[in-house]
Amino acid sequence: MTAQTELAIDASGLGKSFGETRAVAGVDLAVPAGAIYGVLGPNGAGKTTTIRMLATLIPPDAGSARVLGHDVVAEAATVRELVSLTGQLASVDEELTGRENLRLLGRLLGCSRAAAKARADELLDAFDIAEAAGRLVKHYSGGMRRRLDIAASIVVTPRLMFLDEPTTGLDPRSRNQVWEIARALVAEGTTILLCTQYLEEADQLADGIAVIDRGRVIAEGTPADLKASVGTGSLYVRLLDPARRAEAAQLLERTVGPVVLEPEPAALSATGADAERAATAVAELHRAGFPLVHFSLQQPSLDEVFLALTGHAAEETSPSTDDLQEHLS
Amino acid sequence: MTATTTAPGSADTAAVRRAISSTSRPPRPGPLSAALTFGWRGMLKVKHVPEQLLDVTVTPVMFLLMFTYLFGGAIAGSTSAYLDYTLPGLLVMSVLFTTVYSGVSLNTDLTKGVVDRFRTLPIWRPAPLVGSLLGDSVRYVIAGTVIIVVGVALGYRPDGGVVGAVSALGLVVAFSFGLSWVFCVLGLLLRSPNAVMNAGFMAIFPLTFLSNVFVDPATLPGPLEAFVDVNPISVLATASRSLMAGAPDGEAIVISLAVAAGLAAVFLPLTTRLYRSR
Repeated sequence: MTAQTELAIDASGLGKSFGETRAVAGVDLAVPAGAIYGVLGPNGAGKTTTIRMLATLIPPDAGSARVLGHDVVAEAATVRELVSLTGQLASVDEELTGRENLRLLGRLLGCSRAAAKARADELLDAFDIAEAAGRLVKHYSGGMRRRLDIAASIVVTPRLMFLDEPTTGLDPRSRNQVWEIARALVAEGTTILLCTQYLEEADQLADGIAVIDRGRVIAEGTPADLKASVGTGSLYVRLLDPARRAEAAQLLERTVGPVVLEPEPAALSATGADAERAATAVAELHRAGFPLVHFSLQQPSLDEVFLALTGHAAEETSPSTDDLQEHLS
Repeated sequence: MTATTTAPGSADTAAVRRAISSTSRPPRPGPLSAALTFGWRGMLKVKHVPEQLLDVTVTPVMFLLMFTYLFGGAIAGSTSAYLDYTLPGLLVMSVLFTTVYSGVSLNTDLTKGVVDRFRTLPIWRPAPLVGSLLGDSVRYVIAGTVIIVVGVALGYRPDGGVVGAVSALGLVVAFSFGLSWVFCVLGLLLRSPNAVMNAGFMAIFPLTFLSNVFVDPATLPGPLEAFVDVNPISVLATASRSLMAGAPDGEAIVISLAVAAGLAAVFLPLTTRLYRSR
C-alpha cells in the first residue's frame, strides 16, 4: 500500500457554486483512514455541500477529491460501493417501517431476501429499535430515527461513513447513544467524516478537526490545538453573598485569569481556566470561606472558537484568515 | 459490586460492534433486481396507506356514473348503449389520471432525505425511477380493474369477453408506462407536489375530454374533429374499444404502443438526467 491510499479522503481545492453563491471555495482536506475527522463550522459554512461532493451526490466545479483512493467524479460508482451517508435530513423512508427500511437497503445492496431480513433484525436489536420495528418511521422519536438512519448506513459496513450533524436536535441521552455508535464504528475500522456545529461533539469524537467558514478551511489540527488557540474555557462561580463578589474576583484573577462580572449580582467567571486551575481556584475559594451556590467549568463555544480564529463571530464578514491558519499549523 | 453504573442511554455497545463487524459485501444487485426492489417499496406504501388508491379511482367512477346516467340517454339514446361506447374510454381516462400521481409521488420523494441515500448506493442509476413506475403499474391495473368491474356491475358486457377486457387493460397500462415518464419530468422540474398535480391535470384533463372517450367525434365541428382524431388518447380509446369488442383494430393498437415507446424514448433519459442532477 502506498502512502496515498492511507488517506481516506484527499481533497484539494474543492469548490462548488450555486448561482452567485460560492458555497465551497477551495477546500483542502487530508483525512487519515481509521479515525473520526471532524468538520466544524456554523450553518451555511459549506459543510453539507462538501460532504455531498465527497459522497458523489453533486459534482464539484473546481478542484478534485479522492475517496479511499478513488476519484469522486471519474470513479463515482466505486466510491459509492465504499461509503455511506447519514444526511442532515434523515436518510430513511418515513412512510415505511424501520424493518422495511433496513430490508429495502439490504436488497438494494445485493443481499438475498433471507439475508436482508436477518441483517435487518440483527441491526434492529443492536440499535435498540426492535420494539418499534413494525411502526412507520414518521412516528419515531428523533433519537430513534437517527439510530435507524445510522443502522441503514451500515447494512453493509462501509469503509467510510459521512455523518452530517448526527446529533442536532437530539436530547443528551440520544446524543450519547449516537456517539457510542460512532466510536464503535471506528473501533471496527470504519473512517468517519463528521460534520458538526458543536465544538464539544468534535472534541468528544474527532481525532482531527478542520474548521470551515464561508466555504474555506480556516484552521486545522487536533481538538487540543484548537482549544489551545481559543485559550481554554472559563470558570463560572455563583456566590451565596453578592457583597463578597469583589473579594472573590481578586482571588480568581490571581489563581485563574481575567474575571468577568456576570449580570447576576453574585456571579462571576474567570477566563482561561482549564480543569486543573479551576479545581485549585474552587478549593481556594472554599478555604478562604466563600460559601458557593454553584460553579462550573465551561467549554469554549463554537462562537468563541470563531472569535479566536477569525476575530469575528460565526456569521459576520471576515478579514483575511491566512495568518490565523499559519498560526495554527 | 461497584456503585458505578453505566450512564443511561448507553447503547449495547457489544451488540453494536458485533453488528458492525458481521457483514461482508454481497455482489452488486443487477439492474432488474434493484428496480424490482424499488417496485416492492411502492407496494409497501400502498399497503400502509391503502386510501391513496381511492384518490385515483373515485374521479373516474364518478365520471362513469355521471356520464352514463346523466348524459348517456341524450348522447347515445339509452344508458346501456352509451355504457358500451364510453366504458373502454373511461378505462383509458381512469388509468391515465393515475399516471399524474407518479409524478406527484416522485416530487414528494425528492423533498425527503432518503433520495440522497438511494443516490449514494452502488446501483443501476435509473433503478429508483423504473422501480417506482413498475410499482405504479400495479396501481394502474387496480384503477383500470375498478372501472371495468363497476361497468360490469352496471350492465356492461364486452363482446370480447374476459380476454378482450384484459388485453384492453394491458394495452392501456403499457401506454401509461410510457406516458408516466412525462409526469416524472414534471415531477422533477416543479417545486411542489401540488404544482405537479395541477400542471399534470391541466394537461391530461383537456386532452381526455378533447378525445373520443365521451362522444363520437363525427358530431363535432370540423377543426375540433380533426384535432380529436389525431389525439393519441382517441387512438388509445379506439384501440381499447376494439379489444373490448373482440375485434382488435391493429392500426390503433400499433400507433398507441408506438406513441408510448416514443414518449418513453424521449422522457426516460430526460428523467434520469434530471434525477441525477437534482
